[in-house]
Amino acid sequence: MKLMHCPLNGWRNIQEFTHGGEVVAEPDPNRCSDAEWAEFVFMEENKAGMVREWWCHTATAYWFIAERDTVKDEIIRTYDAGEVFKERIEFTRPEPPKEA
Amino acid sequence: MPFGLIKYALSSGHPAKRFLLARPELKPSYDVVIIGGGGHGLATAYHLARYHGIRNVAVFEKGYIGGGNTGRNTAIIRSNYLTPEGVAFYEESVSLYRQLSRELDYNILYSERGHFTLAHTDSAMRTSRWRAEVNKHLGVDSELVYRDDLARLIPELNLSEEAAYPILGALYHPPGAVARHDAVAWGYAGRAAELGVEIHQDTTVTDIEVTDGRVSGVVTDRGRVACGKAVQAVAGASSEIARMAGVKLPIRTIPLQACVSQPHKPSLDAIIVSGSLHVYISQSDRGEFVMGGSTDPYPRYQTSSSLDFIEGLMSHVLELLPHLSEVQVMRQWAGMTDMTPDFAPIMGETGVENYYIDAGWGTWGFKATPVCGKRMAEMLATGRVPALIAPFRLSRFENFDLVGEKGAASVGH
Repeated sequence: MKLMHCPLNGWRNIQEFTHGGEVVAEPDPNRCSDAEWAEFVFMEENKAGMVREWWCHTATAYWFIAERDTVKDEIIRTYDAGEVFKERIEFTRPEPPKEA
Repeated sequence: MPFGLIKYALSSGHPAKRFLLARPELKPSYDVVIIGGGGHGLATAYHLARYHGIRNVAVFEKGYIGGGNTGRNTAIIRSNYLTPEGVAFYEESVSLYRQLSRELDYNILYSERGHFTLAHTDSAMRTSRWRAEVNKHLGVDSELVYRDDLARLIPELNLSEEAAYPILGALYHPPGAVARHDAVAWGYAGRAAELGVEIHQDTTVTDIEVTDGRVSGVVTDRGRVACGKAVQAVAGASSEIARMAGVKLPIRTIPLQACVSQPHKPSLDAIIVSGSLHVYISQSDRGEFVMGGSTDPYPRYQTSSSLDFIEGLMSHVLELLPHLSEVQVMRQWAGMTDMTPDFAPIMGETGVENYYIDAGWGTWGFKATPVCGKRMAEMLATGRVPALIAPFRLSRFENFDLVGEKGAASVGH
């Protein structure tokens, strides 16, 4: 059994977790181009080596960030997303498109 | 036969001629460089040499030919997909596979068994009917079968309604087949080498040179070669190789595990797949039960096996085929798959001129080997993308024009 350290729940079986993909900056959907949005939605660094990813402890629906090595299959560090994301993201109403 | 063997032993003709040259010297330049000596790369090399007269070709393989996913899959061949693009593509592959032993003069042990995709829910029955109708419309032999048909066609199948996930019916695809996967790689490699293709095993590509948006050379651990065109066919390492050419891919590298049992007398004709239970099982010509499941739960560049996988898989296998409970598992292994967001491959142009890609083959690459080789070679030779593979272009992602092939192996519906 492989264990992962959840910042909220401590050491748990890795089967209790869901992999959520790479931590990448989200472009502003109201302002970015279609190409930038496609890149954000679909493209992956998919690195062989150290990666920084979102993981979720499924049972408690708690999302956090894990750094791990995809070649050695080692989890280096897990921490609360608050260490990276300091500010609240506001979901404001998009500006109306400018008249052409 | 015994006399042939004795004559051979006494003759001066042995050791037999090598199938492939050990490791030829690198030439300074090739018309086409193929990165990856798996089934797809070797089939492309063969088709270039045989049908397009392009013989100044080098195949670079980091390990040995067919040692990656070509030798790690569960060797199932079928064309009962859900999208018209998928069906047309795999139907051509099946028709090429059927005569491949003759084409290569090398027995790939192609064996048609009948392929059953079990349905355990009403929605799976609905999808099976949908797939059957798409298939029939496109001329592929598929039909929906019910419990009484299954009792007749696969007598050993557990059709009990007491099972955790009772079987309601199945999508039956009679041409579904298995083949010897190593032989496919060796057959293509042998014939391609006879035609002048250089196959460089134990040769790692370390960089790809791009000049003015066009590929100009490939750097290996044995030196640099110039090339007119290059193509990568390196399942598992697609993102890392594409990065060398400055191309970003929508791929996650996720291990897929499989296992075989001890050999037994032939007892299971059919290939049985359950998308809901994430199981597929068939019996090889050597008598081993070949079993696979779903991909691992998270991406890794690694081929280790896990107890979690085998426990989960066996609980489902034994629900379908309880009489296998005394059978011992003999070997377990994993391959690294390229998983794409729409469960469809990526083939064709990359945005770097003369640099082509064959990737994103996830859990369904082996069955596409011949058609991939044929169409990739056609594209390299003519410079035009064949209509059959155009839907799988890399640019579909930036245009939000995905294929959505839910007929991929072990995908629940």
